[in-house]
Amino acid sequence: MANIKYKEIVFDPIFKNNPIALQMLGICSALAVTTKLETSLVMALAVTVVIAFSNLFVSLIRNHVPGSIRILVEMTIIASLVIIADQVIKAFAYDVSKQLSVYVGLIITNCIVMGRAEAYALKNPPLQSFMDGIGNGMGYAVILLIVGFIRELIGSGKFFGMSVLPLTTEGGWYQSNGLMLLAPSAFFLIAFFIWVLRTVYPEQVEEN
Amino acid sequence: MAKKDSTKKTLLVALGVCFVASILVSTAAVGLKPLQDKNKKLDLLKNILSAGNLYEKGIDIEKTFSEKITAQIIDLKTGETIPESKFDDELSIDKFSIDVLASSSKWGSETPVTRDNPGLKRIPNAMAIYTVMENDEIDKYILPIYGKGLWSTMYGFIALDKDLHTIKGFTFYQHGETPGLGGEVDNPNWKNQWIGKQAYDAAGNLKIEVIKGMVDRNSDKAKYQIDGLAGSTLTARGVNNLVRFWLSENGYAPFLNKLKGDING
Repeated sequence: MANIKYKEIVFDPIFKNNPIALQMLGICSALAVTTKLETSLVMALAVTVVIAFSNLFVSLIRNHVPGSIRILVEMTIIASLVIIADQVIKAFAYDVSKQLSVYVGLIITNCIVMGRAEAYALKNPPLQSFMDGIGNGMGYAVILLIVGFIRELIGSGKFFGMSVLPLTTEGGWYQSNGLMLLAPSAFFLIAFFIWVLRTVYPEQVEEN
Repeated sequence: MAKKDSTKKTLLVALGVCFVASILVSTAAVGLKPLQDKNKKLDLLKNILSAGNLYEKGIDIEKTFSEKITAQIIDLKTGETIPESKFDDELSIDKFSIDVLASSSKWGSETPVTRDNPGLKRIPNAMAIYTVMENDEIDKYILPIYGKGLWSTMYGFIALDKDLHTIKGFTFYQHGETPGLGGEVDNPNWKNQWIGKQAYDAAGNLKIEVIKGMVDRNSDKAKYQIDGLAGSTLTARGVNNLVRFWLSENGYAPFLNKLKGDING
C-alpha cells in the first residue's frame, strides 16, 4: 500500500492537482522567468529542491513547533534554503544566475512553498512530505518548461539558446513575436494549459 | 494549552531553528564565495575581451587577458593615470568597482548637468581603462561606460581605435532591459553596427548618436549614426545618452585629448 501512495503523492500534482493550474499558486514567477527554457529549467529545479527540503524539515519538527510561531519557523526554513540555492546557482551557473537576477530570491515568496509546508508538511511524516515537495515542484516545473518552450520558440525562434527559426533581424525568415517575450503572454499560455487540463479532467472545473 | 505551546518551548524552538538556519546559510555563503568571486572576475574579463573583439569560445580568458591587455586607472578630469601609490581600499585595479567609487566621497562626485544625461546621480572621478596591445604597440582602448536604460542601469564597454575616433567594439555586460525589446542591446548584430563608426568628426566634435529608426546608408551622417531599436525607444535613448555622456568632456574627452596631445606633440 505504501508504494502506491508515494507514487500518487509524487505524480498527482503534475496534472491532477497541479499547483499552478489548479491551486493557482506561484503564478508570479511563472510569468517572470519563462522567456527562455534555460532560465525556466534552473528556476524549476531550484523551486523543486526548495519545496522538497522545506517540506522535509518542516515535517521533521512539526510535532515540536508551537502554533504561535508556526509560520515564522516555516519562513525561516524556507528563506534559509532559498539563500543556499541562490548561492549555489551563483557559484555554479553564473550566467543563468545573472538572468534570473532577483527571482531566485523571490522563491521565498512563492506561495507553493509556503502552501505545501502549511497544507501538507505540518500534518504528514517527513518522507511523504519530501515526496509531496518533489511532486509539487515537478508540477511547477512542467508548466514552466511548457511555457518557457513556447515563449522562447515563438518569441526568439530558439530552443535552449540554439536558433531553430532563423530571425529576420539575423538574416532569416522568421519574424519573432515580441508579445511572447512580455509577461502577459505567459498568462495566455497558462490559461490554455488550464483549459486543456480541465477538458481532460472535468472534475477540476469549479462550479459556481 | 498543549505542552508544546508553552513560552519556554516557543523560545527554545525559535532559537534552535534560527541557530541551525544561520549555520547552514553562513556555511554556504562562505564556502561558495571563492567560486562566486572567480565567476564574477572571469565574467568581467570576458566582457572586456569581447569589447576588444578578442573573445572566442573556449579560449583561456585569464591568459589572453594578461597577454594582450594592460589596465590602468585614470583621473577623468585631468586624463592623467593615477599611480598605484594613490590606491586605497576603494580604488585599485583588482577591486575596481564603478558603484563603490561613485558612492565614495573621495572618488565620486555628483553628475554634472548636461543634455545627454545618463540618468546617474553620482559618477566616479576615476575609471579603470584597458589598453589592448598588439605586437608591443597600442591597438585600441577599452573604456567602461554605463547609464540608465528604461528599467535598469546598463554597464558596458566601448572600444576606441588608436586613432581615438573610430569605434572598434561595443558591448553591455549587465542590464535588466526587457528581453527581446530593450534587451536587444545585447544582440550581436546590433552591437556589430558600432564597429567602424566614428565617435568624433575631424574637428574633434562628438558626433556619434543612436537615432530613431534605421540609418540612411547614403547620408553623409551615416558614419556617425546607429540604428535605433524597434520597440524600445527609451532603452535606445538611454544608450545614446550614456555613450555621448562618457565620450564628452564629462567623461573620457580629457583623457583622449591628452593622448592626442601626446601623439602630436
